[in-house]
Amino acid sequence: MSNPTKAIPTAGPSFEHLLAQDVVIEGTPGTARTGAQAIDPQHSPVSPLSRSAGAARTLPKPGLIVDVALQREVEQLLYLQAEILDGKHWQAFIDLFADDGVYWMPVTPEQTEWEGSPSIFAEDKLMMEIRKGRVSHPNAWSQAPMWETNHVVSHVAIESTTGGAIQVRSRFHMMELRRDDVRHFGGSYRHALVRDATGALRIRLQRVDLFNGQAPFDYVLQIWV
Amino acid sequence: MNLTSLVEPDRVHKTVYTDPAIFESEIEKIWEKIWVYCGHESQVPAPGDYHAVTIGRQPMIMVRQPGGTVDVLYNRCPHRGVQLVGNLKGNTGNTFVCSYHAWSFHLDGSVRAIPLAKGYEGTRMTKENPDCNVRRAARVDSYRGFVFASLAPEGPSLKDFLGEARVAFDDMCDRSPVGEVEVVPICHRVVQHSNWKFFMENQLDALHPSVTHQSTGIAAGRVEKRLKAERGAAPLYYHYLSAFASSFELWDSVQTINFPRGHGILKAYMGLRPQDPDTLEYEALLKQAYGEQKTEEYLSRSIHHVLVYPYLSVQSPLQQLRCLRPLSPDKTLSEIWHFRLKGAPEAIYRRSLWYYNLVNSPATMINADDLENWTKGQWGLMSNGGDWVSFHRYAGDDRVENGVTYSNHGTSEAVMRNQFRAWTEYLAA
Repeated sequence: MSNPTKAIPTAGPSFEHLLAQDVVIEGTPGTARTGAQAIDPQHSPVSPLSRSAGAARTLPKPGLIVDVALQREVEQLLYLQAEILDGKHWQAFIDLFADDGVYWMPVTPEQTEWEGSPSIFAEDKLMMEIRKGRVSHPNAWSQAPMWETNHVVSHVAIESTTGGAIQVRSRFHMMELRRDDVRHFGGSYRHALVRDATGALRIRLQRVDLFNGQAPFDYVLQIWV
Repeated sequence: MNLTSLVEPDRVHKTVYTDPAIFESEIEKIWEKIWVYCGHESQVPAPGDYHAVTIGRQPMIMVRQPGGTVDVLYNRCPHRGVQLVGNLKGNTGNTFVCSYHAWSFHLDGSVRAIPLAKGYEGTRMTKENPDCNVRRAARVDSYRGFVFASLAPEGPSLKDFLGEARVAFDDMCDRSPVGEVEVVPICHRVVQHSNWKFFMENQLDALHPSVTHQSTGIAAGRVEKRLKAERGAAPLYYHYLSAFASSFELWDSVQTINFPRGHGILKAYMGLRPQDPDTLEYEALLKQAYGEQKTEEYLSRSIHHVLVYPYLSVQSPLQQLRCLRPLSPDKTLSEIWHFRLKGAPEAIYRRSLWYYNLVNSPATMINADDLENWTKGQWGLMSNGGDWVSFHRYAGDDRVENGVTYSNHGTSEAVMRNQFRAWTEYLAA
């Protein structure tokens, strides 16, 4: 493009003749416009995510180096919660929450309030009781097929311990067996933890961001992730 | 295909749910001809805003024009056939540019620039040739902000296609003091492992809820009852769930109204007019806008769902809709949307949001059991244990007036009989 003397060689009697001629397209200088913008500088479609997701993608802050005992206490609570879910101990799961506790799975990372916009889960303890009651009922038809989950929780970082709650973020993977198929979910947890009257940690808010929350769901989620 | 051997007035052959050849016919004779819902105008507020949508097998783009109208184009570059947008939604600026060879198009699909156009001189692919434009849907129209497209140049108008089912959109919009809704820009998508007909039949099937949804209805009813005893009242959203476990007798008293073209209405049963302060404030706004009489007319419309056959279930009193996109005989994508009543108090939106979250989200406590039924239904129909699907319930008992079938019993299978009358007409055409 930059060198008009580099023309296509003259055709000869055979294609071997052409192959014998060496043509090299040299790198275009950095100032030359190329690609779609060479046709028109406006040819840059706007990515839909570049406008909306920016706010949610702030650089993560390193976890606090707090006392080892608190770090371990928090980690053990998260690990216990995962095992309680996999063991289908629904009441024990609900009991991990403070009286005003909320389990929330928003649809998008931009959502900041558990009420007022569409959510996948948005449940206080009363609603959790209904969900527990549903899956425990003998005629919960969707519970008849073989169904198991396996959670792994990792990357536990305490973000702050001020403001009346301990803010924790972590990552999870969850594999789910339903009938003959395995589904795979992943994402992040954000726990806001408080101490109850006995001094035990309780969940005031658990926010669950599925990384595939906006993709089509093949079947649905029956219980908390 | 011998339709009379497949569809009888009170039963249908199982292959209408399972046969790939019948599915192909449906795509060709129904989906790629009729008016298909593309989205709401508020999904694409600004010029260049687009939303990808599938009509039958056709990948399409709904896009807002610089002049304010909404157009629907095939998502296909006329050069080598590559899709012009690769995302579900976004803004494309003032042009679509193909990522393969940078052909570019105005938002109405007309070609804007062909790169290195010299190379096409003397061929038929020059800018003047309409083949160089992105093809548009044959017809695009909207009703109260809801955009539809038809890939067939001929056929009934959108208004005629919708017929009496127009009330779905009237009922939704009339509940706003300014007569408009706007989309909540989140779409839940759930894949059903069943033929699309299972969903359409299920929506107006009043016999199934107290069986299928018994577990959720009972669990919710228990909490609702306790709250009423402790606090004197329970929020309406507990009733959203507990109502599913109503008695057979109650369901039998909920009428269905079945229109030509397969459309239909399941009348209301949840009682969505509590007299709390939020509702009273809202009703006052409506009275200001429409007067006493109209407001009463709008708020007393007895609707639970309106079906726009064969793909839309509109729950107008709660401003949500589910739209089906059939993928294969045994696979169907549902897109689930929620709308806000413009000018209505936030509390009214939040009240309907509870239904969207509890019933229509991907963690639904209701559809979890429906989906299980439909999956097993699809598998059951593969069986040689029988050839027919029965729709005999209350056959011969319904009242027909001017082509509209009114069930005398809520649990009448008039709904399915009516849907298959429409289906047969489409496939016979």
